[in-house]
Amino acid sequence: MDAILLQILNGLDKGSAYALIALGLTLIFGTLGVVNFAHGALFMVGAFCAVTFQRILNISFQTIDPTKKDFLGNPLKVDTTYIESWLGPNLGSGILDWAVPISILFAIPVMILIGYVMERGLIKHFYRRPHADQILVTFGLAIVLQEIIKFFYGANPIPTPAPEMFAGSFDFGAAVGLAEDTIIYPYWRLVYFLFSMGIIAAVFSFLQFTTFGMVVRAGMADRETVGLLGINIDRRFTIMFAIAAVVAGLAGLMYTPINAPNYHMGMDFLVLSFVVVVVGGMGSLSGAVLAGFLLGILESFASMKEVIAILPGINQIIIYLVAIIILLTRPRGLMGRKGVMED
Amino acid sequence: MLGLSKSDIRIFLLVVVLTIFAPFILNPFPEASGLAQFNAGYPDLMQRFVIFGIFAIGFNILFGLTGYLSFGHAAFLGVGSYAAIWMMKLLTMNVIPGIIMSVLIAGIFAVAVGYISLKRTGIYFSILTLAFAQMSFALAYSVLTPITGGETGLQPKISDPRMLDAALASGEAPRANLFGLEMGTSYELALSGWVFTFNVGYYVAAIVMIIALYIAIRIFRSPFGVMLRAVKSNQQRMRYTGLNPKPYTLAAFVISGMYAGLAGGLMVAMDTQVGPERMFWTASGEVVLMTILGGTGTIVGPILGAGLIKYMENILSKINADILYEWFAMLPDSIADILVFVIYPFIGKGWHLTLGIIFMCVVIFLPGGLVEGGQRIGNMFGRKKKTEGEKSSQPAE
Amino acid sequence: MSILEIKNVSKRFGGLKALDDVNISVKENTVHAIIGPNGAGKSTLLNVLVGKLIPDEGSVEFDGNSLIGRKPHEINQMGVSRVFQTPEIFGDMTVYENILIPLFAKRDGAFRLHCIEHVEDEKDIVEKAKKMLQDVNMYEKLGMRAASLSRGDKRRLEMAMCLSQEPRLLLLDEPTAGMARADTNNTIDLLREIRETRDITLAIIEHDMHVVFSLAEHVTVMARGTPLVDDKPENIKGHPKVQEAYLGGHKEG
Repeated sequence: MDAILLQILNGLDKGSAYALIALGLTLIFGTLGVVNFAHGALFMVGAFCAVTFQRILNISFQTIDPTKKDFLGNPLKVDTTYIESWLGPNLGSGILDWAVPISILFAIPVMILIGYVMERGLIKHFYRRPHADQILVTFGLAIVLQEIIKFFYGANPIPTPAPEMFAGSFDFGAAVGLAEDTIIYPYWRLVYFLFSMGIIAAVFSFLQFTTFGMVVRAGMADRETVGLLGINIDRRFTIMFAIAAVVAGLAGLMYTPINAPNYHMGMDFLVLSFVVVVVGGMGSLSGAVLAGFLLGILESFASMKEVIAILPGINQIIIYLVAIIILLTRPRGLMGRKGVMED
Repeated sequence: MLGLSKSDIRIFLLVVVLTIFAPFILNPFPEASGLAQFNAGYPDLMQRFVIFGIFAIGFNILFGLTGYLSFGHAAFLGVGSYAAIWMMKLLTMNVIPGIIMSVLIAGIFAVAVGYISLKRTGIYFSILTLAFAQMSFALAYSVLTPITGGETGLQPKISDPRMLDAALASGEAPRANLFGLEMGTSYELALSGWVFTFNVGYYVAAIVMIIALYIAIRIFRSPFGVMLRAVKSNQQRMRYTGLNPKPYTLAAFVISGMYAGLAGGLMVAMDTQVGPERMFWTASGEVVLMTILGGTGTIVGPILGAGLIKYMENILSKINADILYEWFAMLPDSIADILVFVIYPFIGKGWHLTLGIIFMCVVIFLPGGLVEGGQRIGNMFGRKKKTEGEKSSQPAE
Repeated sequence: MSILEIKNVSKRFGGLKALDDVNISVKENTVHAIIGPNGAGKSTLLNVLVGKLIPDEGSVEFDGNSLIGRKPHEINQMGVSRVFQTPEIFGDMTVYENILIPLFAKRDGAFRLHCIEHVEDEKDIVEKAKKMLQDVNMYEKLGMRAASLSRGDKRRLEMAMCLSQEPRLLLLDEPTAGMARADTNNTIDLLREIRETRDITLAIIEHDMHVVFSLAEHVTVMARGTPLVDDKPENIKGHPKVQEAYLGGHKEG
């Protein structure tokens, strides 16, 4: 029982990341009809927003503290960040500690801008081109984005810690009334899961309960008719693209404490997220989310020692195996609509 | 001649001549000059040109003709490599059995993967091929270690059985050869400042590429080739014309898989080693880039694309800031600084950035790739003739 | 002698009975029109004939062989060709190649790994293709991309592609839909000429009564998935059941 629970928990964080990327991919595909291979790069750019924000906060100046000496007896040079000197050591170091969550405020405008520029500058011109061309040009864009990041941040992963408060683990088993020390779960993973659920809920309620969302959903179902009603669907789609970019960016940003960001993390996640989208059913938002969590948890089950003992290597291939089986038995994925991408 | 039309034969002979004289053509700069680092006429790189040329020619038979975009072709390359290295370990260091086996095994593997993947079209097909390739990569990396050597891969060892070979003299390492002619053998020709290298391995690979290109041209111009383009154009009409698109597409898939296997086998023949990273999806992506960059559905495009990418990977990536400063030495320091600052991100380790930008520009502005670019330039200079007779094989938009 | 025997064919989609006990017999070397208001089941019937749909009940026999369960390409290989409502051609290939493909299909069957011979060395096919293009006055357009042809030329090309296979039965789905009167008359003349010069049966699904009455030797009127009347055109005109079907309670556009 607790072993199963543990694997489900372990699958949640990866599953959340898959679900968020797949959700954005599906939004873009469903609204704009574009297969966006640069979506993983947006996830990666989001992660590097956190890195950048942290670096900005850590800009510091040197002072000489005459009261202290280093081991050679010289006066000690002390680095003080501007933020600490302006806001006082308590608030300042608190903000530094909370850099990752606070950087959300920094990342949202950045991601909106990037999304807007991408859509208006590039994607717009590919609406009427075949899907293969869309895949290729966004694939090229993904390479460019990841190389730019590599140029500025280098090729090595950059550790980006979670706030002190969430750095440790807690005894999840004891908290839900099981035996103690059976399920130890890091706080941040729980935070990440709750955060993703929040985002997913926000996106769904936005689409469900606002007029804007209603028009977008109508546009996803039948673009031409909505266009005929005199509604400017294109501008709304630009906004949807920006929203999808923000979702991917925040997913990447909050993931940084779990996995130190590097320039190719986007591509690593993209390949799997595409599999997730296809398994969920191209064009189905709930399918994307469901398949994201499902595959994340399946992957974690497949990594159990007991399972690997029976089926060696299964953890490496489980997602692909499931994708192949689903595509062959349920050609439209778990929740796909008829006629999507079947030209 | 050779059963090809005039324009085809012209382009084929051009490729043959360029390939034979590549050691000269790719080494235009004297050894001592500052530009010598742009010389690409060394065996290792020339081998890559032709081997990746074969890979891309084969990929183009599938993607260029039928329009099915496979994102997993590196799997066949990898399978071919493993097949070849096992032939070397078990039978002989002669490259012939290895190359034959690599084509056969890759072909069989392609039948299985293609049969399943081709049940779906469009992006679903791309994802299925990607899934198969990633699975092959993961398995080669982990479970199949007894066959693949896992992360470290495989090399011929002195202790291998090599049933057909005579025993090695003590201290002698097993070397890939063609009936005793070692692949690594090179002859150097020094001509007043220039040094040209003629490598046995390169010429073996080049001859294979020329044969592979010849077969590809025949396929392009055959009734079968017409049918493959019909698959891309209108499968519905095809079915109501009494044709079954499935076996045609599968045949194209298997042929292109065999080309990939051949390329993999040749790679092993050249450097006698293989690792699972050869099957990673980025390797599959690379052959897509090559084909599109050169010109999808054209005859020489894939070779051009393969050459360009491998040239950038090996030459552009070697240029660093010091070399840039050397070039701009005659300029005032401040201007040199600015120039280096601007150019630096695009060279050295940043060559992928240049590649990404070139690739995007090609997809956006030149859907027909470099071949179309060449034709446009040709037309600009008023050459009225339809360049290289490739008009009919232009990719459809 | 009848070339096509449709017996007791029914097809449901969920609760909707698209075809309800259809019996039609098409005589060899005639022009047989199937007419009826929208939703009468004409298109469903056509899709059953070409193998796109499998009926729930009943049998379809072409020249004594059952067509049920056969794939579209197999049915075509038996000698049934189809012209679509909007011409289906190989848009990004040349006119010439468009004609080559059906000729190869006729000679080589559904699949042949015919990958080393040069197309131009297939003298018999090449000659036939050029002759066919001359016959339909499209020889000078041989090198054009098929997608760049005018609508009328696309229709003629599609017709030529079908005829080049020398089918015994040609199915036409509203061949004059969306055409101006002059084009419609040209098409009628073309079809009449085809019928008179060849050993061929034409089955036409049509809305346009003008076309039906200028061509058909036999007419089946369908409504609500079932044939109402099966008779010569002159007997159809004033038939009360037909008027009811078109003007009666269930007029559907």
